[in-house]
Amino acid sequence: MKRLAVFLLLVTSAPGSMAASENLPLDSVYINLSDKASLQRGARLFVNYCLSCHSAAYMRYRRMAKDLDISEELLKENLMFAGDKPGDLMRTTMPADYAKNWFGVVPPDLTLIARVRKPDWIFTYLRSFYLDESSPSGWNNSLFENVAMPHVLYGLQGNQRLVSKNGADNGKPVFTLEKAGTMAPEEYDNAVRDLTNFLVYLGEPVKLDRYLLGVFVMLFLGGLLVLSYLLKKEYWKDLH
Amino acid sequence: MDDRVDTKRRRFLTKVTVAAWAVGGTVAAFPFIRSMTPSERARAAGAPVAIDISRLEPGQMIKEEWRGKPVWIVRRTTEMLDKLMTLDDLLADPGSERSDQPAYAQNPHRSRMPEVLVMIGVCTHLGCSPVQNFAIGPASGLGDDWPGGFFCPCHGSKFDLSGRVYKNVPAPTNLVVPPYKFLNDTLILVGEDDGGTA
Amino acid sequence: MIRVLNWIDERFPVRQLWNEHLAHYYAPKNFNFWYYFGSLAILVFVIQIVTGIFLTMHYKPSSEHAFASVEYIMRDVPWGWLIRYMHAVGASAFFVIIYLHMFRALLYGSHREPRELVWLLGCIMYVLLMAEAFMGYLLPWGNMSYWGAQVIISLFTAIPWAGDALAEWLRGDFVVSDATLNRFFAFHVALIPLVLTGLVVIHILALHAVGSNNPDGIEIKKIKDEDGNPKDGIPFHPYYTVKDLFGAVVFLIVFLGVVFFIPELFGLFLEKDNFQPASILQTPSDIVPLWYFTPFYSILRAVTYPLFGIDAKFWGVVCMGLSIVLFFLLPWLDRSPVKSIRYRGWMYKTALTLFTISFIVLGYLGMKNPQHVDLFWFPNLVWAQFLFFIYFGFFLLMPLYTKWDKTKPEPERVTFK
Repeated sequence: MKRLAVFLLLVTSAPGSMAASENLPLDSVYINLSDKASLQRGARLFVNYCLSCHSAAYMRYRRMAKDLDISEELLKENLMFAGDKPGDLMRTTMPADYAKNWFGVVPPDLTLIARVRKPDWIFTYLRSFYLDESSPSGWNNSLFENVAMPHVLYGLQGNQRLVSKNGADNGKPVFTLEKAGTMAPEEYDNAVRDLTNFLVYLGEPVKLDRYLLGVFVMLFLGGLLVLSYLLKKEYWKDLH
Repeated sequence: MDDRVDTKRRRFLTKVTVAAWAVGGTVAAFPFIRSMTPSERARAAGAPVAIDISRLEPGQMIKEEWRGKPVWIVRRTTEMLDKLMTLDDLLADPGSERSDQPAYAQNPHRSRMPEVLVMIGVCTHLGCSPVQNFAIGPASGLGDDWPGGFFCPCHGSKFDLSGRVYKNVPAPTNLVVPPYKFLNDTLILVGEDDGGTA
Repeated sequence: MIRVLNWIDERFPVRQLWNEHLAHYYAPKNFNFWYYFGSLAILVFVIQIVTGIFLTMHYKPSSEHAFASVEYIMRDVPWGWLIRYMHAVGASAFFVIIYLHMFRALLYGSHREPRELVWLLGCIMYVLLMAEAFMGYLLPWGNMSYWGAQVIISLFTAIPWAGDALAEWLRGDFVVSDATLNRFFAFHVALIPLVLTGLVVIHILALHAVGSNNPDGIEIKKIKDEDGNPKDGIPFHPYYTVKDLFGAVVFLIVFLGVVFFIPELFGLFLEKDNFQPASILQTPSDIVPLWYFTPFYSILRAVTYPLFGIDAKFWGVVCMGLSIVLFFLLPWLDRSPVKSIRYRGWMYKTALTLFTISFIVLGYLGMKNPQHVDLFWFPNLVWAQFLFFIYFGFFLLMPLYTKWDKTKPEPERVTFK
C-alpha cells in the first residue's frame, strides 16, 4: 500500500514547494549574449563570488575566455584559481562534504542553472535576499524561502530588510535598505544583470553560433527547395 | 514520355538538383567527421607539460608523460656528445632528413641545448617504448662496439643517444622530437614552442 | 560502371529489386499531402540512427557519468551539440510524422482489407518506437529522465501478484539505478533499432505486395492497361522520388529550423527539469512524460474509480494498455463498405473529428496538473474523464456507426486534377 501511495503521489503530481515559488511575480531582465562587456563583468562576478562554493563543472576556463574575448593573461591573472590550467573545468575549491556541513546541502552546480530556472528567476532571486535573524545563515530570500545560501553579494548590495511580502504592485515584495553596500541600487541591478547574462551564456555557450549557422542552413535549404520543386513540376508535367 | 517533354531542361534540372543535394550531404557529413577529432577534454589533457630538470645529472635520463606518451629527457655528457659525431656510417638517417623533429632539432645532437635531449620514447616501427642502454661495449650486451643508446625489445631496433636509428633494423626513422622550449635554464615546456602549441 | 553492375546483377538481383520497388512499382497517381509521411518516416529514422551512432561514441551509460557525458557532448566534443540536438528533436519529429502517417490511414482506410498486415506491422513498430523513445529518454540521466522512468516502470506493479517482481526484474534493482540505465542503453542502441530496421523492410515489402492505397480508397489494380500496369498508376521512380525529395526539403526546413533556433521548443522537446542531474532526494514538482506519451498518460490518470474490488491504479493501467491495443483492431472494427473518408457519411466524419480532438486535448491535459483548471469550468481531470469516453467510443462503437453510416458510391477511377 505504501508503494501505491507513492505511485499515486507521483501520478497526480501534487504541486511541490518549487512550484509554489515559481508562481511569485518576477522582475524581468534583459538578456543580450552579444554584449561581451556585460558577459565579461558577469564572468568576473561569477568567479569572485559564486565559484568559491558552486562549481561550473561542465565548462572549461579556456572556452569561456575564447567566447568572451578574454586574453589568456587576463584569464590567468583574474579569473582562475592558482594551480588551475586554462583547459581545466571550472570547479569550486570547496570540498563537497565541507560544504554540506556548512550549508546543510551541497551547493548545486551552476553550469546549467539558467536552463533549469528562467533568467528572470535568477535575476529576481539575487535581488531578494534580506536579513533574517531566525534563519541559520542570518539571511532569507523572498523568492526562495528558507534557502540555505547566504547573501554572498551583500557587500555590493548592502543589507535589506523585508517590509512586506507582497505589498508592492503586482504582489512584489517591499524591502528597505538598512545599510548601503558599495554599489548604488541601480549599479547593483546592473551587476546582477551582468551575472544573469553570464549564467545564460554558461548554460549554452554555443547559442549564438547556433543561430548564425541556422541562418546559413535555412538559406541553403531555401535554394534546395526551389530546385526540388522545379524538378518535381518538370516530371509531373507528363501526367497532365 | 510524350512530345511536349523538354528533355534538355529536364536533364539540366536533374543534374543541378542532384548536385545541390550532394553538396548539402557533403557539408552535413562534416560535423559528424569532425566530432571524431580530439575533444576539448582530450586537448586539455594533452596541454603542454612543464618539466623541471634542475636535478638531472649528466649521463642520466628522466621519463615524463605528455599526451599519454613517454617523454625522455637526457642530460648527455661531453663524451657522449663527442661519440655522436663518429656514428654517421652506421646510421640510417644521420642528418634527420626523413625524420620528424622541429627545425631547431635537426642537428647531430637533435636538441636546442646540445647536452639536453628531449624526445618521445616511442619506437617509430610499431609503437613500443625502447629501453635505455647507456652502457658501453660488452657490458651492454649489445656487442663490443655498442656506444650507448636505446634498444627496442619488441623487434630489435637500435638508436643512438640522439634517438637516431641504426641501419638494418626494422624502425624506418629516428625517434620523434616534440616541440618544446626552455622557460628558464632548468624548466622545459614540452608541447609548445615559439611556433605555437602542438 | 555498367560492367560492374552486370557483374553484381548476375550474383544478386539489383536490377530486379530496383524495378520491383521503384522503377516499376506502380503507385496511384493521386497521392496528396498525407502521402509524404511514409518516406519522411524513413528519413527521420535514418537521421536517428546516424546521430545515435555518433552520440554513442561519446556517451557513457553509467549513473555516475551519464549526465556529465551529455554535457561533454554539448560542450567539449566538436559539433557534439548539433548531433545531440538533432537526436533529441528527431525523437519528437519521429512521433509527429508517425502520428500524421497513422492519421492518413484513418482518413483513407489504408488499414482496411487487403492491407491489414501492413497496418499491424505499423502498429508493432509504433509500440516499439514508444519503447525506444522511453528508454532513450532515461539515458541523459536528468531528473525528469529518472523520475519519468520511475513512474512508468511502477505501472507494472499494478499487475496482480507478479507486478512487483516484474518491476524489479525490469529495473534490475529496487529503484531505477545504474543497472536500469545500462540495460536501457543496450535496448535503446542495439535491440530495438535492430528489430525496427527489420520491421521497416517487412512493412514496405508487405505494402508493395498489395499495392498502395490512395485518397479515393479504391483499388487501382482492378483497371489495367494492355501492358498489365494499373491505368491510374505511375512508376514510383521518378515521379514519387522527385515528389518525396521535395517533401524531404520541406521537412528538413522545419526540422532543422527547430534544431537551430528552438531546440527545447519551450520545454516540449527538452524539459527544464532534465537540465539537472537525477536526484533521489528531489522529485520534480510536475512529473510529465514527453508530449508524445501524454494522451495515454491522461487516460491512465483519468481512471480514478476502483472496480470489482480492484483499485483504480490497476484499471488505469488496463485502460492505457487498451487505448493502444485498440489501434491494432481497427481493420476489423471498421464495417464500412467504403474506405476513403471522401465517400463516407456524416457519422464517421464526426467520429473521426471528435477522436482527433480528444487525442490532442488529452495530450494537452496530460502535461497539466489534474487538479488545475486549464480549459474552462472544470478541473483538467474532469475534462480528461469526459474525453476518455470519446476516445474509447470512437473504437468501441465503430462497428455500429460505420455500418449505419450512409456512404456515397465510389468512383471507378481515381480523382486526379
